[in-house]
Amino acid sequence: MSGEAPLLSVKDYSLEFRTRSGTVHALEDVCIEVAKGETVGIVGESGSGKSVLSFGILRILDAAAEVKSGSISFAGMDMLGAKESALQQVRGREIAMIFQNPRTALNPIRKIGKQIEDVLRTHTSTLQSDLKRKAIECLAQVRIADPERRYSAYPFELSGGQCQRVMIALSLACNPSLLIADEPTTGLDVTTQAAIMELVSELARARNMATILITHDLALASEYCDRIVVMHAGHVVESASTATLFAQPRHPYTARLIASTPSPEVDIDSLSSIPGNLPDLRRNDLPKCRFHARCDRAVAQCAVQALPEVTFESGHRVRCFNPL
Amino acid sequence: MTPNLLDIVDLKKHFPIGRRSLLHAVDEVSFEIARGESVGLVGESGCGKSTLVRLVTRMIDPTAGDIIFSGRNIGFIPARKFAETQFRPKIQMVFQDPTDSLNPRFTAFDTIAEPLRLLAGVKDRATLTEQVFNAARQTGLPEELLMRFPHQLSGGQKARVGIARAIALRPELLILDEPTAALDVSVQATILKLLAELRETLGMSYLFVSHDLNVVRMLCDRVIVMYLGKVVEQGPTEAVFRHPAHPYTAGLIRAIPSIGGRPEEREVLAGEARSPVDPDPRVCRLFGRCPKQVDRCRTEGPALREVGERHQVACHFPQVASAA
Amino acid sequence: MSAPAVEKLTAPGWRDTWKHIRYVATDNPVTLGAFGLFGFFLLLALFGPWIAPYDPLMSDTTVALKPPSAAHWFGTDSLGRDILSRIIVAAQLDFGIAVSAVFASFFLGSALGCLAGFYGGWSDRIIGRIADTIMAFPLFVLAMGIVAALGNSVANIILATAIINLPFYIRVSRTEVNVRRNAGYVEAARLAGNSDVRILALHLFPNVLPPMMVQISLNMGWAILNAAGLSFIGLGVRPPQAEWGIMVAEGATYIISGEWWIALFPGATLMLVVFTFNLLGDGLRDILDPRTRT
Repeated sequence: MSGEAPLLSVKDYSLEFRTRSGTVHALEDVCIEVAKGETVGIVGESGSGKSVLSFGILRILDAAAEVKSGSISFAGMDMLGAKESALQQVRGREIAMIFQNPRTALNPIRKIGKQIEDVLRTHTSTLQSDLKRKAIECLAQVRIADPERRYSAYPFELSGGQCQRVMIALSLACNPSLLIADEPTTGLDVTTQAAIMELVSELARARNMATILITHDLALASEYCDRIVVMHAGHVVESASTATLFAQPRHPYTARLIASTPSPEVDIDSLSSIPGNLPDLRRNDLPKCRFHARCDRAVAQCAVQALPEVTFESGHRVRCFNPL
Repeated sequence: MTPNLLDIVDLKKHFPIGRRSLLHAVDEVSFEIARGESVGLVGESGCGKSTLVRLVTRMIDPTAGDIIFSGRNIGFIPARKFAETQFRPKIQMVFQDPTDSLNPRFTAFDTIAEPLRLLAGVKDRATLTEQVFNAARQTGLPEELLMRFPHQLSGGQKARVGIARAIALRPELLILDEPTAALDVSVQATILKLLAELRETLGMSYLFVSHDLNVVRMLCDRVIVMYLGKVVEQGPTEAVFRHPAHPYTAGLIRAIPSIGGRPEEREVLAGEARSPVDPDPRVCRLFGRCPKQVDRCRTEGPALREVGERHQVACHFPQVASAA
Repeated sequence: MSAPAVEKLTAPGWRDTWKHIRYVATDNPVTLGAFGLFGFFLLLALFGPWIAPYDPLMSDTTVALKPPSAAHWFGTDSLGRDILSRIIVAAQLDFGIAVSAVFASFFLGSALGCLAGFYGGWSDRIIGRIADTIMAFPLFVLAMGIVAALGNSVANIILATAIINLPFYIRVSRTEVNVRRNAGYVEAARLAGNSDVRILALHLFPNVLPPMMVQISLNMGWAILNAAGLSFIGLGVRPPQAEWGIMVAEGATYIISGEWWIALFPGATLMLVVFTFNLLGDGLRDILDPRTRT
């Protein structure tokens, strides 16, 4: 990585939710960095906090969310301290996001061409007369067949894959420098997934756009990301370049996760699982390492002492007292 | 008297669309499941596997064709009346979404007890409790959890309740509709191993529907690949995965991400699927997306033929193993 | 093979149900207030005739039109009857009418709605048209028409109120059943050997009930208002029976001459009761929904 400052820098970010049944300690001391043009994968299971983190970066969290500590800086701008008006300039224009369920993320009663025009009108200085042409161009860029006709289509007329392409078109209309893709292919067929991921990575390469790919699918992350961040129960447990992470995972959770992922070489008897459940994040007495109860390498300090950050070669970082 | 547990012969299900069109959800599908065999059913959305499942479980009636179970033609029994026959307890199903398939107002105990009460006529409370406990024990569900409601159970626990309910009656044929799709990968392995073990202990046959080919590979002896209502390939799992003969199967397998895989080398199946409404029987269903297509594929619909030991393909230009 | 590290929780039992009710009631003070008021009115309805200080029908013209005092807390009306006693006793009548009408409406309407939502097709069309026909009339006018045609009696008020409330139950239950008709657990119930009737009664209906609780509660308030309204205009309960609507009607003529208490107290009671029912609906739904139990 060059000596350039990272595009997005999240430092020691901690977040809580005040709910009826207690305070949920959703994120704790999360640190993430994304360099310009880099693709970073955030991998974790349900409840790991990966989606919450992405909403936190964009400051689109629920009213019950409370930032306890930390800082988020994007292209030099302090995201946590910025005013709403400044954030609105950033959302959709500098940072774009695509969501998991493409059909529900689109407005069902508005033609997709018009939805793209909305984005162009809000964030760019495109002339009124030019809007339709540019919208059709956006559709063509995401390889939707017959874009002139699809311009007037409603979301329900499109397949799941096509809806996701429209979402990508919407998010890339303003040439953002960072794209956050939150489980963009969950729920899509595997052949559609391959086509969508290929599209996203090609567009990202062409525009030198940084991407955060949030997914629970380790294999998917391994194929498309330069670096991977592994999250568990609101903590970042490990982060490394893709090759290093899979060649030598250092955190016990990462290792178990890799061993639980079905693949052609693994037969059912060697498929691993992770015992236990996520700890209840509403507890006030959570152990320092939230994987402690399920870990077979736990030592005495894990529950009580603040987790260290151990760095291995080439930026491979782990938060663990007993890394592999 | 056929030794097979299930024989499907030229099964068809067409749904009327509008006044004159027919949607060919399942079109002339034939396959067998032997006793104790585990058969995988793969295909993407729109391939007809859900409809096929509903036909086999006798939730809906076929348009044409035979469903023969243990030598008896159960396709002739109307779906409405099927629950009254002796066959209902022998064909059971595990559903995809454990949350959706459990009645939120029934405790786990009630859910598992219901088929015992209704189909096995167990009235005596003590016997009922014993049998429910048995089923729970076999699926690794701790007895304390039986009095809980679904929302008080974790994903893995709900999945076990669904499995316990299905096996309580000792079915001969168990259909599993994406049983681990809604579960985290850390829990998946335990459930998959449980399913493998149960098949041995209870001597059931499986029809395992999944989009996750890696999982199918682990659990199934044979696999059937469907596309747009037709079977395009079927055969022993290893043979089909190692040497896919049909271009669609090959495309499907190529599209699966794997740890360490290289997406650049992948040839993605382009385009969108043809319409399943009033399809022309002379045109191969993959025409338009197939890398091998020629004119013949448009004038002569391919039929299933043998290319290896119990390995059949519906293609004019199958990839034969020796050439791989 | 058992799932490791299972939290040792005791199975939910009656104690948990009570805890849950307490939680719902205390979580929102308004709900608690509503429950309290409802309890109060319920007691009134059940034990009214024994609690009332005076005989509600006994007239004593010597004390007619007396304002609220120590002897008559709410004053007396034109015939010297104690207004407080009449209000208390009327509670039984009004509650009785409301409960009968609403439950008749609820059972018939939800049965029809469930059938329409489950089977669709012709049953849906026919039942839908029945509901539409009823809704095409201004509901109160329809009630007036029914009572006028069939005669002034408590039974006919109940019938009229039940009829005009049918469409709400038909619509709510139809939609709720329709949405859940293809849920996984319905299919699973079929696989377990349930007939259509069992599925509707045991699987779908209990899940449809919570959203309808709010409807039922609101309806009780409207039913009371409806009965009072009919009696106010002279269709329905006949004097000298004590009923809140009649009392307001009787008192209306005296407002100008300054005897405000004859109309005010029954009117205020009506308002309070309807208010209570409206607030009650939310609380009831929270209690019945197992998902709010944790």
